[in-house]
Amino acid sequence: MAETLTEKKLMVKKAMIGDPVDYFVERHVKEFGESSLTREIWLARKRREEIVRPVLFVGTGTCGLGAGAGRTLKAILRYLTERRVEADVVEVGCIGICVEEPLVDIQLSGKNRLSFRQITEDRVADLLDGVFAGKVPSERVIGQHRNPKAASWDDIPYLDEHPFFAPQTRRVLVRCGLINPRDLEEYVAHGGYRALAETLSRYTPSEVCEQIEKSGLRGRGGGGFPAGLKWKLALQKPADQRYLICNADEGDPGAFMDRAVIEGDPHRLIEGMAIAAYAMGATRAYIYIRAEYPLAISRLDEAIAQARSAGFLGKNLFGSGNDLEIVIKKGAGAFVCGEETALIHSIEGRRGMPRPKPPFPSESGLFGKPTAVSNVETLANVPDILDRGADWFSVIGTETSKGTKVFALSGKIRYTGLVEVAMGTTLRQIVFDIGGGIPENRAYKAVQIGGPSGGCIPEAHLDIQIDYESLKRIGAMMGSGGLVVMDETTCMVDIAKYFMDFIQRESCGKCIPCREGTRRMLEILERITRGRRNENGVDALERFKGVMYLARLASVIQDTSLCGLGKSAPNPVLSTLRWFRDEYEAHIYERRCPAGACPELLTYLIDEDQCRGCTLCAKQCPAEAILGKPKAPHYILPDKCIGCGACVDVCRFGAVNVS
Amino acid sequence: MVKLSVNNRNIEAKSGDTILSVLKRNGIKVPTLCHLEGLFPSGACRMCVVEVEGLPGLVPSCAYPVQDGMRIQTHSPRAVRARKTIVELLLADHPDDCLYCVRNGDCDLQNLAEELGVRQRRYAGKKSMHQIDSSSPSLIRDPAKCILCGKCVRVCEEIQGVSAIDFIGRGSRARVGPAFDEGLNVSSCINCGQCVTVCPTGALREQSALKDVIDALNDPGKFVVVQHAPSVSVTLGEEFGIKPGTDMIGAMTTALRRLGFDRVFDTSFSADLTIMEEGSELVKRIREGGPLPLLTSCSPGWIKFVEQFYPELIGHVSSCKSPQQMLGAIAKSYFAEREGIDPARMYSVSIMPCTAKKFEAERPELSSGGLADVDAVLTTREAARLIRMRGLDLNSLPPEPADTPFGERSSAGKLFGVSGGVMEAAARSAHYLLTGEEMADPVIKSLRGLDGIKEATITIGGLELGLAVASGLANARKLLDQIRAGRKDLHFMEVMTCPGGCIAGGGQPVSSDPNAIRARMKSLYAIDTGAANRVSHRNKQIQKIYEEFLGEPLGERSHKLLHTRYVTRDVMI
Repeated sequence: MAETLTEKKLMVKKAMIGDPVDYFVERHVKEFGESSLTREIWLARKRREEIVRPVLFVGTGTCGLGAGAGRTLKAILRYLTERRVEADVVEVGCIGICVEEPLVDIQLSGKNRLSFRQITEDRVADLLDGVFAGKVPSERVIGQHRNPKAASWDDIPYLDEHPFFAPQTRRVLVRCGLINPRDLEEYVAHGGYRALAETLSRYTPSEVCEQIEKSGLRGRGGGGFPAGLKWKLALQKPADQRYLICNADEGDPGAFMDRAVIEGDPHRLIEGMAIAAYAMGATRAYIYIRAEYPLAISRLDEAIAQARSAGFLGKNLFGSGNDLEIVIKKGAGAFVCGEETALIHSIEGRRGMPRPKPPFPSESGLFGKPTAVSNVETLANVPDILDRGADWFSVIGTETSKGTKVFALSGKIRYTGLVEVAMGTTLRQIVFDIGGGIPENRAYKAVQIGGPSGGCIPEAHLDIQIDYESLKRIGAMMGSGGLVVMDETTCMVDIAKYFMDFIQRESCGKCIPCREGTRRMLEILERITRGRRNENGVDALERFKGVMYLARLASVIQDTSLCGLGKSAPNPVLSTLRWFRDEYEAHIYERRCPAGACPELLTYLIDEDQCRGCTLCAKQCPAEAILGKPKAPHYILPDKCIGCGACVDVCRFGAVNVS
Repeated sequence: MVKLSVNNRNIEAKSGDTILSVLKRNGIKVPTLCHLEGLFPSGACRMCVVEVEGLPGLVPSCAYPVQDGMRIQTHSPRAVRARKTIVELLLADHPDDCLYCVRNGDCDLQNLAEELGVRQRRYAGKKSMHQIDSSSPSLIRDPAKCILCGKCVRVCEEIQGVSAIDFIGRGSRARVGPAFDEGLNVSSCINCGQCVTVCPTGALREQSALKDVIDALNDPGKFVVVQHAPSVSVTLGEEFGIKPGTDMIGAMTTALRRLGFDRVFDTSFSADLTIMEEGSELVKRIREGGPLPLLTSCSPGWIKFVEQFYPELIGHVSSCKSPQQMLGAIAKSYFAEREGIDPARMYSVSIMPCTAKKFEAERPELSSGGLADVDAVLTTREAARLIRMRGLDLNSLPPEPADTPFGERSSAGKLFGVSGGVMEAAARSAHYLLTGEEMADPVIKSLRGLDGIKEATITIGGLELGLAVASGLANARKLLDQIRAGRKDLHFMEVMTCPGGCIAGGGQPVSSDPNAIRARMKSLYAIDTGAANRVSHRNKQIQKIYEEFLGEPLGERSHKLLHTRYVTRDVMI
């Protein structure tokens, strides 16, 4: 009933919806007296295709700020004031190549915009002196952007030809790091809110759901449920109120995709939410975002206020007769609150614990009303689908997984940062082509995908095409998009232990297999990475017993846990056990760590020929395990040694050998 | 109707039913630890998982609806292994002290370990460290034994509307407790003990008074009297394997006497006394214009609840002490005087279906001359322990009558043990007080049964009286909110803390079987139906105590001994 009413109302209001660009142009003409302003002039100005004075862009996303962009920004402002240079300074989000932060872009009038890397505050003056004088410091430039209305720089490569950017397909991130995230007009000038206006005037809610279903867009939070179907289920459930929830509780270690999208292009998310809310018949939407993302929250706050004052949100959006309020709800940092039913409980003011499904949120969700929970990246994909069509979206991708996926690259890799690739791209391309491979000439060992619920992928499977199904086949999962690269110095048992520790801390404690089982799994891993020194006979027995039951325990946890967190909790252990069994066996049978990462399993030996008897190691040893007279070779008592490695660090002669 | 196959047997079920309810109806038992009949399934314990063909993973039968054509295996190797692993995991973090545990032999976890054939410590590791919370006068919390099934949390919130406890912390540090890990004594806990009756292990138990009582019984200088609440005689038998609902009044009296109690009294007597006072109070308030509705005051959990959450309604609560406290007060005054016993030498014990009574007995205003009205409160469970400790078997004891003067009762007093019973008893006597005639039919049908809220309108002498009965404080909240919002048609409202009344009190034998509660209720109704005297005001001993000692209801002496006052309580956390 509610649905047909909405549709009827919509038809009547159809004619009233205008173009968001016209809205701003008219406003400038009327309110600011710019009578000669045309659509074209406004667009060129707001897209910064034509500028009258230099523009300096500073990447002040959280990654930039961490690298010192805040100080860089101050130095730039100081420089401009001191030298009385007339220029605009714009703070932008993350363009993706985080390893090169702080990033500064400079656009001079009539010339292409240039990107510079690692501009710490001390490099600001030199850079600006040079660029303003027409000399581009080649060691700092990453590349130039394209601009149809400006001249290119000679001998400077284009940014989109850079090995980090060239293989990417940037759709969600297309404007991240380029536009001013705090300026609604810039977003609109780049085509923003056009899709929302069109949607409200051209489609009924169920048509929007169909479009999304047709595009093949699946949930980017990890599960991969078809987004259009999710909204349709909520729409079809009769109710006086429905809710859309944007899940921005990004909690996987090594994942920062959602943060970057929100910090760099917040209106894209808001527009996506407005379309999704319309599609599912919701008039109230929540963004559940972790409180540890203060910058993203303030960007959202600002963007929501701007959109509301322009009439793109709130009552009667775009004059369409539809309402939408977006409320930001800050999470308190529990990992499990990324699970949709726990998230719903948290918004309701209850303890964030999952509940059994069914009933699914589309039947009975927030406050008992039909609810759809969609991830940031999923929603950020929506405006383009409506704007350019489902076919445009689904051209890219594999049979079952369409479009692109954003990944956060981190770990032992040259270019850490944020990448967006077409579904079906191989992991090898991501790690070696885009990511630039492993630094320090070390060998690749694994890439961890999907966070604590995911798995580790060995060299042998690097050529699989990324999509939801193929990752599952090799014991991993898409997850939200964290990719942590590991090299030969990483111990896979240690990694499994790290993730088990994470999971057993973050388990909500509700269901027994997850609460008690993950804790025992962690203990089993701890036992096999513990040295013999601190072990007595019973411990060794427990160690072996644990090994015997590790797989059994893991399968029961998978089989019986209440929510996705628990069901996937054993994945890090199972996938490492599957692909790196030899490492486990070395730990268990040989009591050694092949990667040399488990300190208690290392043996330390002083090479008599190298040792000069300087006594430094003996003084440094916390366990008093090193004996020897001054100026005579020292030796280590293996029974006392705790394997901390302090002797290695202090020895100036390289006399301590580790094996 | 949907058709499904369970363990290769075809079964029909209603669509919308959960798998578990269908299994139960068909006599197929799958174990549960967190399931609570009538509440939304929490799906926490995963014990009830079954294998459903075509579904990935095992499915919690308590929460999963049946679907047509479903093929279910309840005891497949995979399901049984999962259950066994879950119990083994619980045991890995459980104190190995069954032999010392109050729930030894009556523990769900112990039973499951036995049922699933757990014979080795498969998973070993660190055990969680916890402190026992013995701060409450009524309850002891031992988090080390807690398996976090969450039943106590849900009962406290959903049935009682109190929410004194909840989950704290995450992961393996998750635990149940009052906010900020404080003691129960500073929480909003109303001491009702409903959490104890649902606890599958020994993590929640009553604060035991057994030692004090045994010491008093062994002290030749003490004159020890005991009273037993109306519902105790129909529940005590369950502790001795007797069919639920069997009235063991005679054998119980004998047992108590053999334990060494100098006098065995019946709280139903003081229930009759309460009716005289409370009925008169009702009549007085009706005649003098309020405040109405008059709210009953027998249930001490409810009293703390109203003091904490509805202080503005304290004026509505009857000033009558509860029957336990009334009997305590007259035992140490009227009875002591009559028998020539120094009240300071008298030790007054009560056997109650209730843990909140322990808190009530400690309230400072419920004493006179520095002597508490009641010195020690035992729950039904503790009384059974005491009887067993003495080697007495309730099954084989000859029945004996209670002692005078507080042994005689009407069946109206006995009805105090069940939700709606106080109201029925009061209506019977109010009718007599207002009109001088007995009610034609003493039974008010709509006030009987296990519904949480029951209402009736009766006419007494041309006066129309609105009556309401609530049991389970979440239900009481609903009515109180209506009253607070201006509802005016009610004259008298009975509130019992525990759902169904004292028969399901927090001190009763632990039973997860709702049929046992029903049997207890039926038994009390049967006692009423067959009774010679069904009205409180015709209790001869009641008439006598007014003649000899109290004067008249609401008189000066009554006021001093039988009435009390309430305080506004701040909930600290």
